[in-house]
Formats: sequence, C-alpha cells, structure tokens
Amino acid sequence: MLTKKQICDFEYLAVKIRADAVMMTNLQHSGHVGSSLSMADLLVVLFEKVLNVAPKNPKGPNRDRFILSKGHAAAGLYSIMAEKGFFPKDWLETYYCDNGKLCGHISHHVPGVEFSTGSLGHGLPVTVGMALDGKRKGKKHRVFCLMSDGDCNEGSTWEAIMLAAQHKLDNLVAIVDYNKVQALGFSKDVINLEPFAEKMNLFGWAVKEIDGHNFEQILDSLSIIPFVKGKPSFLIAHTVKGKGISCMENTVASHYKCVADDKLEDAYKELGV
Amino acid sequence: MTTRMREVYSDTLIRLAEKDRNIVVLEADLMAAHATKSFMEKFPERTFNVGVAEANMVGIACGLSARGKIPFAGSFAPFVTRRAYDQFFVSANYAKLNVKLMGSDPGITAAYNGGTHMPFEDVGIMRNVPGLIIYEPADGVSLQKLLTESAYRKGNVYLRLHRGNAPGIYNQNDEIKLGKANVLKDGNDVTLIASGVVMVNEALKASEMLQKEGVSAAVIDMHTIKPLDEEIVLKYAAKTSRIVTCENHQVMNGLGSAVAEVLSEKQPILMKRIGVNDEFGEVGDIEYLKERFGLTAKRICESARSLLVTA
Repeated sequence: MLTKKQICDFEYLAVKIRADAVMMTNLQHSGHVGSSLSMADLLVVLFEKVLNVAPKNPKGPNRDRFILSKGHAAAGLYSIMAEKGFFPKDWLETYYCDNGKLCGHISHHVPGVEFSTGSLGHGLPVTVGMALDGKRKGKKHRVFCLMSDGDCNEGSTWEAIMLAAQHKLDNLVAIVDYNKVQALGFSKDVINLEPFAEKMNLFGWAVKEIDGHNFEQILDSLSIIPFVKGKPSFLIAHTVKGKGISCMENTVASHYKCVADDKLEDAYKELGV
Repeated sequence: MTTRMREVYSDTLIRLAEKDRNIVVLEADLMAAHATKSFMEKFPERTFNVGVAEANMVGIACGLSARGKIPFAGSFAPFVTRRAYDQFFVSANYAKLNVKLMGSDPGITAAYNGGTHMPFEDVGIMRNVPGLIIYEPADGVSLQKLLTESAYRKGNVYLRLHRGNAPGIYNQNDEIKLGKANVLKDGNDVTLIASGVVMVNEALKASEMLQKEGVSAAVIDMHTIKPLDEEIVLKYAAKTSRIVTCENHQVMNGLGSAVAEVLSEKQPILMKRIGVNDEFGEVGDIEYLKERFGLTAKRICESARSLLVTA
C-alpha cells in the first residue's frame, strides 16, 4: 500500500515528467510527446520503487537492466533520469538541439541509458540476451524492457518472446505501455494485438493486466518478480496516449506532433505545473 | 520551383496506378511521412499498411510481385535496407522479381531522428545486390520521371528518397533516364559528380564559387548510382583530369567508391570523395549536420582546389 504522501510525491514526479516532455518536444517542434505522456506513471513507479539502479554508479555490475525499447519516447525517460541525478537537469534543454547532449531517440551516449533504441523491435531481443547471460551466471539482477504497441508489430519482438519462454527467463520483465495508438493510426486498425493477454499466456509468459496510470496497481504488479517462477513476466499496462493533456489524449497526432506554442500555457495549466 | 518530394512520390504513383491496376503500395506505418495517404484514399484496395514490420513488408511485396503486381514498398531507409536486407536480397532479387523498394530520409536528412534513423550506409549495402538498380533523384522532376521509368522497367529497384522539399533543377522537357547521368553544367578544370538533393545542390553552389576564382567546374547529377554511367565518368575524366564525388552517405561503398572503381581500372586520375568518413549519424538540423559532416560546397571547393594544386 502506498501512503497518501507517497502518492502525492509520485503525482508530483509524473507531472514533472510530463511537463518536461512537453517542454523538450517543443524545443524544436519535433519529438513524440504522446508516447512520453502515456508512460510517465510507469516510469515513476519503476524508478522510485522497482529498479535497482544507482545514478552515481550507473554501470554497477549488479544493477537491474532497464531498456526503453520505444526509444522515440526518450523525452520522458530523460526527464526522470535527470531528476534522479544520472546527468545534469540542464541537459534536458538541449534535447533535439544541434550538438545537444540528448538525442531524439534514446541513446547510450547518455549516462545511465542502457541501450540505444528507436528502430523498433530491438529492445526485447537485447533484454533476452541480457537475461540469458544473467541466468547462466546465476546473477540476481532483473532485466526490464518497456515496449510500445508498435514495437509488438516487429517480427524480431515475437522471436524474442518465443525464446524467452523457451529459456524460462523469469529474470525478464516486459512491460507494454499499451496506449493503443501507433504511428499511422489506432493499433486495432493497423495490427490488432488482441487478445493480447491470452496470446502471451499461450506463448508461455506469465501475464498481468493493469491500469498503467494507477500507481497502486503498477506497484502491486511489480512488487513480486517473477510473476510466476520459471516464466518471463509480461505486464500489459493499459494507458492513454497523450495522457494529461486533453487536446493530445488518445490522438494519433500526438505520436508526432508537439504541443503547439499557443497551447503550451493551457497544457502546463492542465498538467498542474 | 521547390517541390515537396513526398508528394511527388505519392502523386506519381497515383498517376501510374490510374493506368495500371497492378501498381500497389506497401507501407510500414509511415504513410503520413510519405504522403501515401492520398494514394490510400484513392486506391484503398491497392494499399497495404503492414504495421511496423519492415521485413514482413518486403516479404509481402515479394509475394505480390510473384503474383504479377508491381509493389512499391517504403519506409525509412535504414529500416528497409538494414533490417529487411535478407528478405530483399533473397525473396526479391535472387528470385528475380519486380519489387520497387523505397527508403526515405537519406543521410543527414533524417535530421532530428538522429543516429538510429540516419542511413549513411544504405547505398553501400544495396550495391552488393546483383543486378539491382539504385537511384537517388535530386529534384521533383527527376523523381517523377525516374519513378515512372522504374515502374515500367521490370526488375528490382531501390529508390533513395529525400522526402522533404527540394529546389527545382530540371525542366519537364529534360530527358532523364535511369543509368544515364545528366550534365548540369559543363566545365574544363574539374568535375563534380554528385547524387541526391543535398549534394547536387551543394555541388552546383561549389561550381559557382569556383567559377568566381576562375576555375571551370563541371557538375554531373549521377542520379543512378547502380548501374553507374561509366561512359560519362570516363568522358569527364579525360576532359578535366580531376573528379570530386559528392554524396550524403559514407565515402565507403557509395557513389565515391563506384566512381573510384571505374577510374582505377580504366582511367586512373586524381580524385577526392566528399561524404561521411566512417561515422554514425547524429541529431540536428540539416544545415548543422551539413557542417558537422563536411557535406558543404565549401568543402567541395577545398577538395577541388587541392586537386588543381596537385595536378
């Protein structure tokens, strides 16, 4: 159970991530703000309560490995990483800028970022490799992969899904920020992943489904890993694309478009900045 | 006149499809980026958005081609080349099918999408596919003409598409043919051989800058990188004795290498290659990236001057 104060702190941090993502993607009027907004609450719980990572020692051998496979949503992850102290907060203002510290798609050049992604379908295979090595060496650390709907279109993702179950990688947790919108349209109209949970069960993963904006549910679901001993864990987090800004919520446009200059003030107000 | 290249791509395909019911379009969730939504609206039954699944898209295009369709399949260049290479190599090319692959955002034009999306190697890896035609138009007119020719020419093709705006270079009456380079400006002292929107325009700028110094620089638009127009390379090697190649790509395996292969075997002369030197892409504005990777008229001039001094 989270205390009222903890929930308050989490909310504050989630607003911070969302506001930073709005600011960052507005810098060059480019980026993927909707994808950052949908995963903000997941990031808060992961970085505050779940991941064993140390900002001052980002390469520590026993750290949990966390890969953002939906690398286009870099702004949100950079925000919480700056907040946690992986790198200076003023780097956020260089996002997408010429010679900037932070690339549009998540980059391993940034301290604490485990892997560069952005080309979809790369994250899960890499985490499977890391999990395999962890298993073989008897390591205690866990490996997390935060994915998107679009990520689950790629064949390489499904190849990794099959192999992870084959090798009983119960040190691996895949989380899908299931906002149901991808580049061109609603996922159900492009490649319908449903029945998603059933599919993943049949593929040999232990599956949980939650509201990805409910801190209690996120924490509860990730408090015991693996979900089932001997199986990789799959968390389907139902989220809303563009969450927190009404003109962005559940729109395909929020995948590419930033919050327009003349709507910035309203957006920050709505977020409660 | 400046044209929006993505719209030329889609509009040309619409015109082709109006005449030929075998023309089909495949996309991996990037129809907005390629303006092919307009094609989809007109020909919904001939449009396939396969989702974010480029390897599958190329495989499907091969299946459609095997059934007599003429599939135009596109995504960002790194995804249709690096990721789907084996599918394209075996299922399309080894099988001698008729797949028209399109990769957008060549080189630095991937701009803010950064390193993961910035292909400096796509021409290099595609040159290794036997018999493949590779072309990179420098403006809207040449895109429209070459794209049309590619539709009617049986065989697999890779189009390297700049999907942003491009200043006009050609007139509608100009003859532009696959495999036949176009001389944009004649010259006697040095020849600048370029491909693509970014570098053909930089080469034209460089030629003007050199002219002010009394250097006569020819400019050739080598829109078809494979098969290379060897005849024109050899002709201008004889005429100017110095060649500078200009490409928005690694200097390895691309246009510069193709020209060097011809010259070193058939007519060795001094040459320089302008392009990216064994580096990955970075994020930034296109103008910034031009400077960052030395893809500028200024650097072309420096190379031309150094050849003139050496000679």
